[in-house]
Amino acid sequence: MNLDENIKNQIEQLIQKNDVFLFMKGNPDFPMCGFSSVASAILKKCGVEFGHCNVLENEEIREGIKAFSNWPTIPQLYIKKEFVGGCDIMKEMAESGELIELFNTRGIKTEIQ
Amino acid sequence: MPIEQNKLEKIITDKFPNSRILVEDLAGDNNHYSVTIESSMFNGLSRIQQHQLVYKSLDGLMDSELHAMQLKTKGTE
Repeated sequence: MNLDENIKNQIEQLIQKNDVFLFMKGNPDFPMCGFSSVASAILKKCGVEFGHCNVLENEEIREGIKAFSNWPTIPQLYIKKEFVGGCDIMKEMAESGELIELFNTRGIKTEIQ
Repeated sequence: MPIEQNKLEKIITDKFPNSRILVEDLAGDNNHYSVTIESSMFNGLSRIQQHQLVYKSLDGLMDSELHAMQLKTKGTE
């Protein structure tokens, strides 16, 4: 799929402005999908500040992010502009402690809830 | 749009021969699956690359026919 230059710029700005950014369905308080719910709960539990984009409100970003990351599903987590993965990878990393470690090595403040 | 479990199993088995594969229908609705694959094809790949390889092997199914798939991948080393 071709990625529109304008959409690409929008996505790049989002992940540049926010050290931790989650593309999700719904928002962290009202997730609209089980996977997005798990993803935002993991971030909340780590106590990190994170930005989010509700892809249900933006069809262009919804399709664009799939091409941008070469990843067909939502949610998608970015840390310091780097694609970390979707819900399953986040879960594995959270369970093994890798996620907290990643935040720490990237200098992102965590406060485990 | 659901996909039958044996169809999904066949696609994955064809793309990942000589691998340990477990496909579970989580909700019994042919639409929410858990897939675990342990394959030497994942050796040396990052977790993201491993999942990308699976998604690629499903050839667009993920967008159209498969709503939800929990994915676990592992190399054999």
